[in-house]
Amino acid sequence: MNLDAKIPEGPIAEKWSSHKFKMKLVNPANRRKYHVIVVGSGLAGGAAAASLAEQGYNVSCFCYQDSPRRAHSIAAQGGINAAKNYQNDGDSVYRLFYDTVKGGDYRAREANVYRLAEVSADIIDQCVASGVPFAREYGGQLANRSFGGAQVSRTFYARGQTGQQLLLGAYASLSRQIGLGKVKMYNRHEMLDVVKVDGHAKGIIVRNMVTGEISRHAGDCVVLATGGYGNVFFLSTNAQGCNVTAAYRAHKRGAGFANPCYTQIHPTCIPVHGDQQSKLTLMSESLRNDGRVWAPKSPETAKKIRAGELAANDVPEDERDYYLERKYPSFGNLAPRDISSRAAKEACDEGRGIASTGLGVYLDFRDAIKRDGQKAIEERYGNLFEMYQCITGDNPYEVPMMIFPAVHYTMGGLWVDYNLQSTIPGMFVGGEANFSDHGANRLGASALMQGLADGYFVLPYTVGNYLGEQGVAAAGQVSTDHPAFAEVEADVKARIDKLMSINGNESPRSFHKRLGHIIWEKCGMARSKEGLEEAIREIQALRKEFWENVRVVGDADGINPELEKAGRVADFMEFGELLCRDALMREESCGGHFRVEHQTDDGEAMRNDEDFAFVGVWEYLGDDQEPKLHREPLIYENVKLATRSYK
Amino acid sequence: MNLTLKVWRQKNGETKGKFEEYPLSDVSEDSSFLEMLDILNEQLVEQGQEPVAFDHDCREGICGMCSMTINGIPHGPQRATTACQLHMRHFRDGQTITIEPWRAKPFPVMKDLVVDRSPFDRIIQSGGFITGRTGSAVDANDMPIPKSTADYAMDAAACIGCGACVAACPNASAMLFTAAKASHMNSLPQGKAEKDRRTLAMVSTMDDEGFGGCTNIGECEAVCPKQISLDMIAHLNRDYAQAQVKNFFQTVS
Ligand SMILES: Cc1cc2nc3c(=O)[nH]c(=O)nc-3n(C[C@H](O)[C@H](O)[C@H](O)COP(=O)(O)OP(=O)(O)OC[C@H]3O[C@@H](n4cnc5c(N)ncnc54)[C@H](O)[C@@H]3O)c2cc1C
Ligand code: SF4
Ligand code: FES
Repeated sequence: MNLDAKIPEGPIAEKWSSHKFKMKLVNPANRRKYHVIVVGSGLAGGAAAASLAEQGYNVSCFCYQDSPRRAHSIAAQGGINAAKNYQNDGDSVYRLFYDTVKGGDYRAREANVYRLAEVSADIIDQCVASGVPFAREYGGQLANRSFGGAQVSRTFYARGQTGQQLLLGAYASLSRQIGLGKVKMYNRHEMLDVVKVDGHAKGIIVRNMVTGEISRHAGDCVVLATGGYGNVFFLSTNAQGCNVTAAYRAHKRGAGFANPCYTQIHPTCIPVHGDQQSKLTLMSESLRNDGRVWAPKSPETAKKIRAGELAANDVPEDERDYYLERKYPSFGNLAPRDISSRAAKEACDEGRGIASTGLGVYLDFRDAIKRDGQKAIEERYGNLFEMYQCITGDNPYEVPMMIFPAVHYTMGGLWVDYNLQSTIPGMFVGGEANFSDHGANRLGASALMQGLADGYFVLPYTVGNYLGEQGVAAAGQVSTDHPAFAEVEADVKARIDKLMSINGNESPRSFHKRLGHIIWEKCGMARSKEGLEEAIREIQALRKEFWENVRVVGDADGINPELEKAGRVADFMEFGELLCRDALMREESCGGHFRVEHQTDDGEAMRNDEDFAFVGVWEYLGDDQEPKLHREPLIYENVKLATRSYK
Repeated sequence: MNLTLKVWRQKNGETKGKFEEYPLSDVSEDSSFLEMLDILNEQLVEQGQEPVAFDHDCREGICGMCSMTINGIPHGPQRATTACQLHMRHFRDGQTITIEPWRAKPFPVMKDLVVDRSPFDRIIQSGGFITGRTGSAVDANDMPIPKSTADYAMDAAACIGCGACVAACPNASAMLFTAAKASHMNSLPQGKAEKDRRTLAMVSTMDDEGFGGCTNIGECEAVCPKQISLDMIAHLNRDYAQAQVKNFFQTVS
């Protein structure tokens, strides 16, 4: 497996511009001879499809929802970062770069992160030009706020609906190209496999989710922007449809999977309420700008609260532990996500948790309301407060919110080089589906930034470069008649037939729940060698059971959500094992990956740069074989490796 | 809680549908309406029956995918709430709940509660955007936008494209949706240049897709989960009248 990251030569600030200059260009008249397949219509896919079509390429774009506007990016609440320094508070491209590398616990590739910071300012311009109604000051200038892990206000937002507005912007651009006939949009189509010809990605196999028809689609290259795999945990903040299928199928066809164990646990979600629950709901991190996080100081007080004998508001000041402010005075409530999540877990492990389950802490707006008035708080977070009340039945203006960490985002993904090309030539990966920019932990408001950076500003160049390198004579040369398409299509059909024929006793959802339970318990906020080894064995057994006992009712030739689920769960089963293997291999603690064996005396994560400053990339070798680990060393030339401190 | 569900079952667009009754027990008050349907579906699968197909994804009230009429009201009885954010504590133990798909000719039923809302996409494709090149915009603060304008645009832009407005309207009019989308773009300085063209194109596509005319009944506003206001319709009507007048004297293109 060739892991040449193709990082351009030269000083970090000039890498991207000099690389762009050296790239092959495709003459505008020739662009219409090429056909690009984009899977996914979220921020990364939607923006890439629109931009590529606008440049003149023919694009086919796929999504499993009924409209591209419903991709999971729509759910992002809090905001998007950009190094604009509009607030004059000392922000710069370099500082955003630095914060991101440090926030990721020094496990991201410097060159990619720098480029992300560099194009971040353009993203805001682009979005505003396309009509995204970002929040404004009275004078008409853009407003900003700060997010976890940053001491500057660089986050742009549109109420609590930033992702929605950014996605609608990309969707509008995409819609324009669909209207012009440059993009052919396939809604309710699920990609089930990748087709390679002479080693290059040249197409995909897709199921029409309405008719069940399996079809072949050929192109000159393939862009995957299929989002993250957080749903491997069953309960997460992700949308129901989020899955790993496209990425995992590509992995089985030769794409290296990087850092699968890096999952982000978000500190401020609504706690679990019972076993009928199907998802967890995030309360935007922006709330930590004004809300103060606390747990009772003593387990006795917590016990009284859980029993309903004491109300949160009646807990006296000296019985409250504002643990983030206490432990991390310079960042306080805005400490990064991994740190805040672990601190909440710690409080609950000590018996100081609240909520009926004991798995919860408070996010309290009492002081902010006293200071700024309820109206100001309503202005800032009104819809989030309503959402909280709608779900829990409690009024957060009167009683503190209850929060607990939940699986939220996946930093791991398909390995890509600087051009966002995977180890399969001609297959590009953007957005949450790739591994590239966040290292072991993602700072708030930077996933949206990365999705749009990839989609609007990176892929349109690097995809063109690849096509240019292939030469115009190669354009459109591979058709779906090629035997490789027939082969992969047969595999896809056989798999569906197999799922339909097992006729066992247990639903796909039930298997998913059991899988999620194993992974959360043993590869969640804390991980140990024994736990992970157990998890791997349990997943293997569960997978066997799945293929013997899953029950998929209905038919394959029409709308069948059970079949869709079964296929996705089957991939999660294999992928879940890979995730645990990766966690087992990484004998250190970093970012979202916390190995109990590797911690400092005061319980902080202990990184091991000597042995683990690399990207762990897994190669698939066969169903019954252990995957092979490859390492891309991470070299820090600009940011000095240092212990991450937020004290 | 224990419930009786009367659910619309329809195999596909070609076959006729009918209501089926299902008893359901042990539903937690903290469950969402869709979680309640998950339990029903697990029960049906256990009995070897096909589960009820329904559209859903984010389950956070933002993607606009969930779509079902609950006891005669699109998205159910709770104001300003999508079906996925509706919680069972708003129902009574022992209650009978009727669940059916959006009813509107331009949204044909595909299966059970799933309908085809692609006409909404085509309304946007015809003009619901700002024409601009990606990657070459001027600095965002070069054009100050008064807070009130930005707030108004955001009020309009909050529409999640769910289609409840169409389902609630006796005429199956898509005015509230189209008006929200057009008002968002038309009210911003960036969107002014193509305001007339946009408005004419979106309204004419809306008509071509078979949506009925708006007769100001207001059912749409009452069911809209994002509280899009009828003012948006007034705004669209104003923009449309202006565009038509201009079009009369000089073709808007
Ligand atoms: C609740 C929540 C709040 C968040 N808030 C923030 C925030 O405030 N700031 C921030 O920066 N980030 C936030 N994030 C993270 C951020 O939203 C995501 O990381 C980002 O939007 C992912 O974008 P994407 O384009 O990579 O993927 P997605 O938006 O997930 O898009 C994936 C696309 O791929 C398609 N797809 C997937 N599989 C297939 C397949 N097999 N076949 C066909 N199509 C397929 C889907 O249909 C979809 O169109 C939040 C995430 C969540 C869950
Ligand atoms: S206007 Fe309201 S009801 Fe209609 S589509 Fe938009 S959000 Fe849904
Ligand atoms: S499922 Fe997304 S709005 Fe209901």
